[in-house]
Amino acid sequence: MKSSKHKKKDLLLDIQNISIEGFSDEIWHPIIKGVNLQLYRGEVLGLIGESGAGKSTLGLAAMGFVRTGCRFTSGSINFNGQDLTKLSDKKKQQLWGTKLSYVAQSAAAAFNPAHKLINQTIESSLSHKLETKEILLKDAVQLYKEMQLPNPDEIGERYPHQVSGGQLQRTMTAMAMSSKPDLIIFDEPTTALDVTTQVNVLATIRSIVKEHQTAAIYITHDLAVVAQMADRIQVLRYGDTIEVAKTSQMLKSPKEEYTKSLWAVRSIKKKEQKSKEIILRIENISASYGSGPKVLQDININFPTGRTVAIVGESGSGKSTTARTITGLLPPTQGKVIFQDRTLPMKLSDRSKEDLRKIQMIYQSPDTSMNPRHTVREIIGRPLSFYHGINKEKNTDKVLELLDMIELDESFVDRLPEELSGGQKQRICIARALAAEPDLIICDEVTSALDQIVQEGILKLLLRLQHELKISYIFITHDIATVKAIADEVVVMHQGLVVEQGSKKDIFNPPHPEYTKLLLSSVPEMDPTWLNKVLEK
Amino acid sequence: MSNLHPIISTLLKRIGLGIISLFFVTLIIFSSVNLLPGDFVESVLGQTRTEESVKIFRKELGLDKPYHIRYVNWLTSAIQGDLGSTFSGRNATYANQPQQSTARSVSSLLKPRLFNTFFLAAMTAIIAIPLSLLLGITAALYRNSIYDRTVNASALTTISMPEFFVAYILIIYLASINQFFPSLSNVTSSTPFFERIYLSVLPALTLTLVTVAHMMRMTRASIINLLSSPYIEMARLKGISKTQVIIKHALPNAWAPIANIIAFNLAYLIVGVVVVEVVFVYPGVGQLMVDSVIKRDIPVVQGCALVFAVTYILLNLIADVISIITNPRLLYPK
Repeated sequence: MKSSKHKKKDLLLDIQNISIEGFSDEIWHPIIKGVNLQLYRGEVLGLIGESGAGKSTLGLAAMGFVRTGCRFTSGSINFNGQDLTKLSDKKKQQLWGTKLSYVAQSAAAAFNPAHKLINQTIESSLSHKLETKEILLKDAVQLYKEMQLPNPDEIGERYPHQVSGGQLQRTMTAMAMSSKPDLIIFDEPTTALDVTTQVNVLATIRSIVKEHQTAAIYITHDLAVVAQMADRIQVLRYGDTIEVAKTSQMLKSPKEEYTKSLWAVRSIKKKEQKSKEIILRIENISASYGSGPKVLQDININFPTGRTVAIVGESGSGKSTTARTITGLLPPTQGKVIFQDRTLPMKLSDRSKEDLRKIQMIYQSPDTSMNPRHTVREIIGRPLSFYHGINKEKNTDKVLELLDMIELDESFVDRLPEELSGGQKQRICIARALAAEPDLIICDEVTSALDQIVQEGILKLLLRLQHELKISYIFITHDIATVKAIADEVVVMHQGLVVEQGSKKDIFNPPHPEYTKLLLSSVPEMDPTWLNKVLEK
Repeated sequence: MSNLHPIISTLLKRIGLGIISLFFVTLIIFSSVNLLPGDFVESVLGQTRTEESVKIFRKELGLDKPYHIRYVNWLTSAIQGDLGSTFSGRNATYANQPQQSTARSVSSLLKPRLFNTFFLAAMTAIIAIPLSLLLGITAALYRNSIYDRTVNASALTTISMPEFFVAYILIIYLASINQFFPSLSNVTSSTPFFERIYLSVLPALTLTLVTVAHMMRMTRASIINLLSSPYIEMARLKGISKTQVIIKHALPNAWAPIANIIAFNLAYLIVGVVVVEVVFVYPGVGQLMVDSVIKRDIPVVQGCALVFAVTYILLNLIADVISIITNPRLLYPK
């Protein structure tokens, strides 16, 4: 960790009272409201906040860049003695890719699919004529080595689609380092990665930044991640600074209520309960998409009645595919789905309305799982009329009752999805599932797209509903904290296989199979020394 | 197929599909040409025809056989490159003496016309494609500027006017008021090359004006569509200049739609320019086809239609190939 006494001449970036507005719905809205930010040479500043807090906008502003449809309204951004808000585009272009670099959230989207990695890595240094091509190529390979990429000599010859997400993210960091910049902006660089991949990327980013004494702004919504990376943390909310402090101090004794509430979800701990009755049993299920490889291989899982089974695993582990075979959306190539002691037909179209009613689904993204032109009344009313024959005229009472269950009042009845916040949308999706009066609800990553505090609300709601209505849940997630919060039983999946299943207590306490151990140890913890400890092991 | 490079297997599939569609097109051509009202034999023999002469003439032209036999005969000889003989070289005088018939082969009639059509299309393409790419790219670069609006507005104006109208305007200004170019483009097979270019300037210019709008707007739209991609923002943040961002980062990913619209316009230049040919008295395939329809010269109509179909399918195939080979995901599999 850096010493707290910075000399004035070491001040690299000094943002004073910056305000940024964005244009939408025919008016200018404030996005950043007079924020100050200081960064010293070689220092890493963590910028943390929920979606819409203005983290990315502020991060880009540190480079003097605003996205199309946004503008600076006041304040100054002093980088190395130059006010970036007053520089011409030409002048800023000379800084970008030389003194200032950017690492974007999704490496898969931020690399141009049409060019080789090596050409994209050295492109900025080459176009700014920092070095000859030969030297840059050599440097790039050296950086690939430092980023611990496999085959550093050859990987540059590949196209972006030919390497994995974690490798791409590391390549992008190498690209940002290529010009030996004074400042790198990391915009959620590991958010799109799996936890086991994230650990390595975090470690390489941290070591390369230290090695080259580069200053960095590290943007993330994940406190545990920022605790590993940053010397200081600045918390943003609604475009305003809530709190700035050194990392250790911020973690030990956060001053503001809001900062404290960012820990919230980690405080829910459901006591696990057992149930002898089995509502759903899947036996020897295998499945594949089209004629492709097997996505599920011989899966057996028991789901107890009135309890929550969390299926946990990384992307591509077959969690969602399991849900699709249970609902019949993807008929398995072999195996049985036994629901309430009766084997269900494989195909959705062969199942009776009653079968369909009893198993409902809630999806990850409430934005795309609701018809944007239907009002809340229509969205909730549809299963009412489909399953229970309650027609439009008579359904108002029932809709209001359901809204009450999900803790929304009657003013929501005639709203469209776009008039709801992310958490409210997900509540409507829950109400829609409840309207069918199901026995089993499959929740597929229902909290992943939501902010911490909103997540907490949704999880509490789901727990309360389970308690009141005795519904069984299958809870698909990649987030271990969520599992701890809500599950009774846990199933760990990896590459289409069930690695381990059992009660929450058994799964989270050793001994673990190899993969579970890796998965559990990869989940970042608040302790700033966590990453060091993991790497030591 | 499994150990072939995926590009090659995709290409083979496309070519196979092209051949299948060509087969269906021949069916459609044959049946629709035979649906044309009127009868060649009766119209040629006129009022003086006797039942006997009609019968002989029909037999000589092969019109006495049933439809499916005629289709198979036509298709098999067409595959071998023989499109048959024209009807119209014959007349009633020779009806009884087939050996003295002056009938020409369809291909000998089609060849010089086809050359003229391809010449005009190529000349237009050489002007129109670079021009529309340049306009499209610059319009995307300076989007929403006055330049962009002017280019868009003028392109829309030219595309909104019927082509004969554009042709007449060009004739008024470039052939009549200022006598730069001739208003008649009656080239022959013996016209020297540069003379031929000189004669074809006005029709080529007309067609350029008609096609540029399409291609330019598509180029602009495909590029702008990509400008909101994260990798474009990334390129900007790497300090790459706006021009370079468009040329190096947006354009390589925009080839597929651009190639498609270019192929579409090239096909139009070959199969759809009869109006322009008529205005400038340019002896292209379009005119030949229209004349043959009027004369009910079935083999020539079929021949023209077949050539058009092949052109269309071939050009679209090329566009497909370009979209495939400009996609690194297909070119360099994992």
